[in-house]
Amino acid sequence: MPQKTLLSKIWDAHEVVPETPDTPAVLYIDLHLVHEVTTPQAFDVLRANGLPVRRPDRTLATMDHSTPTAPASTLEELERVALPAAAAQVRAMIENCEEFGVELRGLDSPERGIVHVVGPEQGATWPGSTVVCGDSHTSTHGAFGALAFGIGTTEVGHVLATQCLLQRRPGALAVNVSGRLGPGVTSKDLILAIIRKLGVGGGTGRVLQYRGETVRALGMEQRMTMCNMSIEAGARAGMIAPDDTTYEWLHGRPMAPAGADWDAALARWRELEDRGGARFDREVSLDAARLRPMVTYGTNPGMSAQIDEPVPGSGDPAIDSALAYMGVEPGKPLQGRDVDIVFLGSCTNSRLSDLRSAAELMRGRRVDSGVRMLVVPGSQVVKREAEAEGLHEVFLSAGAEWRESGCSMCLGMNGDTVDPGKLCVSTSNRNFEGRQGPGARTVLASPLTAAASAIRGQVADPRELMDG
Amino acid sequence: MEKIIRIESRTVVLDIDNVDTDQIIPARYLTTTVREGLGDAAFHDWRYRSGGELDPDFVLNRPENQDRTILVAGDNFGCGSSREHAPWALLEAGLRAVISTSIADIFRNNSLKNGFVPVVIDEAPHGWLKANPGAEIVIDLEKTQVELPEGPPAPFELDRFARYCLMNGVDQLGHLLKQRDRISAWEASH
Repeated sequence: MPQKTLLSKIWDAHEVVPETPDTPAVLYIDLHLVHEVTTPQAFDVLRANGLPVRRPDRTLATMDHSTPTAPASTLEELERVALPAAAAQVRAMIENCEEFGVELRGLDSPERGIVHVVGPEQGATWPGSTVVCGDSHTSTHGAFGALAFGIGTTEVGHVLATQCLLQRRPGALAVNVSGRLGPGVTSKDLILAIIRKLGVGGGTGRVLQYRGETVRALGMEQRMTMCNMSIEAGARAGMIAPDDTTYEWLHGRPMAPAGADWDAALARWRELEDRGGARFDREVSLDAARLRPMVTYGTNPGMSAQIDEPVPGSGDPAIDSALAYMGVEPGKPLQGRDVDIVFLGSCTNSRLSDLRSAAELMRGRRVDSGVRMLVVPGSQVVKREAEAEGLHEVFLSAGAEWRESGCSMCLGMNGDTVDPGKLCVSTSNRNFEGRQGPGARTVLASPLTAAASAIRGQVADPRELMDG
Repeated sequence: MEKIIRIESRTVVLDIDNVDTDQIIPARYLTTTVREGLGDAAFHDWRYRSGGELDPDFVLNRPENQDRTILVAGDNFGCGSSREHAPWALLEAGLRAVISTSIADIFRNNSLKNGFVPVVIDEAPHGWLKANPGAEIVIDLEKTQVELPEGPPAPFELDRFARYCLMNGVDQLGHLLKQRDRISAWEASH
């Protein structure tokens, strides 16, 4: 008899009411992450119905999307640096959390940051748990062997009120990766290659499970980068079965189980490990050994190429339109294309190891005079840890900006935007038209490729700047 | 919530695949704290030129399309973010349904919660619809099919519960709240 998939193990353990042909399952949610953008209308629904937040203790709140990356630790300071609408949204978040008794990692909190950085960093994301948030990149938390997915504001209200969601069980798609990643090639390049293979709608209705020796060899932060972008293949979620790497990363974090609870949790988590034998609805395979750094050339994350590989020629209207928007020449590699802005940040690539890898490449070098580089740590914790290692000095002395944490230029809600027609090499997750500002052109890449491009002033292969 | 049984309209065709939520509503409009007032933000950067004037060439701006409520779009409509502002904006812009060959999961869920009807049909009738903009069609939730001016109706799948809620104007929160005893029992045993 086949083993259960990780998805099924978690799903079955969280069904309060099983699904029937007429009704979806009532699925229990262990951890609800909330932020300022997708919650105000949900709190309004609670207020209108006289409902409390059912489990404030399972609700982790912070502020990231419209929060400025200029220093501001009070509302008064915020109102001086933020766009008026963004400041109003932040104020609403503070007031809602106060009214409903939800602890907020707010402006003055040393733990504030991007919700998908903060959750794991605090040890709130556990293997085998269900995690949701009004944000599509909630898939990040699947790196811990959790079932984690994005929901809309109405469903945010459902979880606030009942700690449950009405859901149909998705399918399971295995992505089996073999081969060792070469020097200068990261899990960001790997996930871009996977999205290219699956297509931006290829995961629709399914949860991706990343498996194989390549994935096992990755650290937790690299695994988070992969799971983070599962949604860019249209998948409901992405996940990786837990292993010793997972437990080591979690152990000792503030919200992780401790003492005897840790031992009991570990015994439960080990039951979730991938011992093979599970049957998936579909499986795809990829050889990572031959992978080179990847960059996107178009206007969705599936439009990517290896850095020295020619982008498609003209012919397909969707590609033609994307290349025209991007100002990219058909049939030529993107390598060597002039760059205006480099953004190192976002829930995809703003963790300490991302900053370390970029800083290592930039140490003793200067950002090209034609380039503005913005470095935005994923959380205030990451910021302090990076500063303790002197990484900020590497970035600052190279001529880059070192900012407070937040989503920042990934989606340009907080005032950090890319001007029309400018090209930004970005470590974020989406290169949609206008994503970083109206008319902005986004090239998605790894932190290494972003750092190399900042130094060269052109889309550059990091391997040319690496020692050895 | 309004009950939805049938939607009858001529179609508006937006023949582009992978229309993402940043096109449906750019992120800079998400700083709102209410649901209302987003109609003008729908497809903003396609409807308006960079100088702020309406682009008369964009399909939704054409005079004949002003009162039409059914959008026919390319494959994988609504991919990208979880912003429920996307269906809120489309509804306020006067649209009531989208027909495609596939619709992104979160966008579909959000649409169903708001009475914006996501319809996935086979390639053949979809191809016909794309080739015949302005066709007078009916989306029939009772029969779960799209009636076309010619040929057989195109069936579509719709989750039975979502369909029940749409047709009866039921808010799904009410159904969940009725499960509170079972939720409490589940919490007590875990």
